Amino acid sequence: MIDIAGIIIICVGVAFDLFGCIGLIRLPDVYNRLQAATKCVTLGTCGIMFGIFVLSGFNSLGIKSLICIPFILLTSPTAAHALARGAYIFGVRLWDKSRMDEYKANK
Amino acid sequence: MIILLVILIISCFLCLYRAGKGPTVPDRMVAIDILGILAVGVCAILGYILNLHFFIDIALAWIFIGFIGTIALAKYLEGRSLND
Amino acid sequence: MRKSVLFIVTFILWLLLTFTLHIQFVITGVIVSLLTAFLFGNMFVKNWNKVFQIKRYLWFLWYLIIFIWECLKANFDVAYRVLHPALPIKPGIVKAKVSLKTDIARTILANSITMTPGTLSVDITGEHIFIHWICIKDENLEVSCQEIVDKFENILARIFE
Repeated sequence: MIDIAGIIIICVGVAFDLFGCIGLIRLPDVYNRLQAATKCVTLGTCGIMFGIFVLSGFNSLGIKSLICIPFILLTSPTAAHALARGAYIFGVRLWDKSRMDEYKANK
Repeated sequence: MIILLVILIISCFLCLYRAGKGPTVPDRMVAIDILGILAVGVCAILGYILNLHFFIDIALAWIFIGFIGTIALAKYLEGRSLND
Repeated sequence: MRKSVLFIVTFILWLLLTFTLHIQFVITGVIVSLLTAFLFGNMFVKNWNKVFQIKRYLWFLWYLIIFIWECLKANFDVAYRVLHPALPIKPGIVKAKVSLKTDIARTILANSITMTPGTLSVDITGEHIFIHWICIKDENLEVSCQEIVDKFENILARIFE
């Protein structure tokens, strides 16, 4: 029973990883790609880690994969934030059909 | 479990496609950053399948190496030095 | 006081990471934790009396529940947008006001905004936060921009300030 629950959680995580990478291919500019990829891949990898904790229980593999979750949740959005800011200052323009850009006045 | 691993590796190849093609430099960096987090998942699943517990240590180290590398490259993009 | 709390936290983390009670691992852990505590104890916690208020931890649990719920919603939102054949996106950068003061609260606010549906924080300068929004609502722009921030700001102000 608990094995099936763990495998379902890992399946959901892997599916979100795949959706994030499809978003990385399909979306038009770097900010949209960053957004889709960061959200989906972060939660997908956290799902894989939690599924492995459910499958293997309280041994060294399970506890360490549980420790990985807060580190991923802290580091991955911070890296995305730094990359978005760096890309804007580097000079990457927004997509042609973007609605507005209120950051340009403040730079 | 093997099928899940194959799907993860297909997503890794999608990232590599973006890293090779990406029109600007930040595109490639985003793809490499995402590739690092995917590799963490691959390491964890591989460790469970083979029942080798040290694979999760590699995953834990990979998180921080990827984070520090991305932060350093983002600072390089902003045109600042590393010590401010 | 600060250094001893940091020592205990890092030592527990070390024991969980090695996951053994062999004597050589324990001795190494004590040495490394002492070194960490003496080097970084000064920048651990700024305001000490906030740590022992139990109300802040209850608010933190409530924040975690809201954060996980928003995270799941964000993922289904992104999956819908990516798999839709016509790519229903209207991107743009908007700005909103922030009233949090401490550094850690602002960091966690920016991280939470990155994980909520359709938004990515680009920069924080003084009182304003700049948000890249994947699908801008055209009516009531100011109000809906402020709603993104307000969802987390009230809880984070109760936890950290």
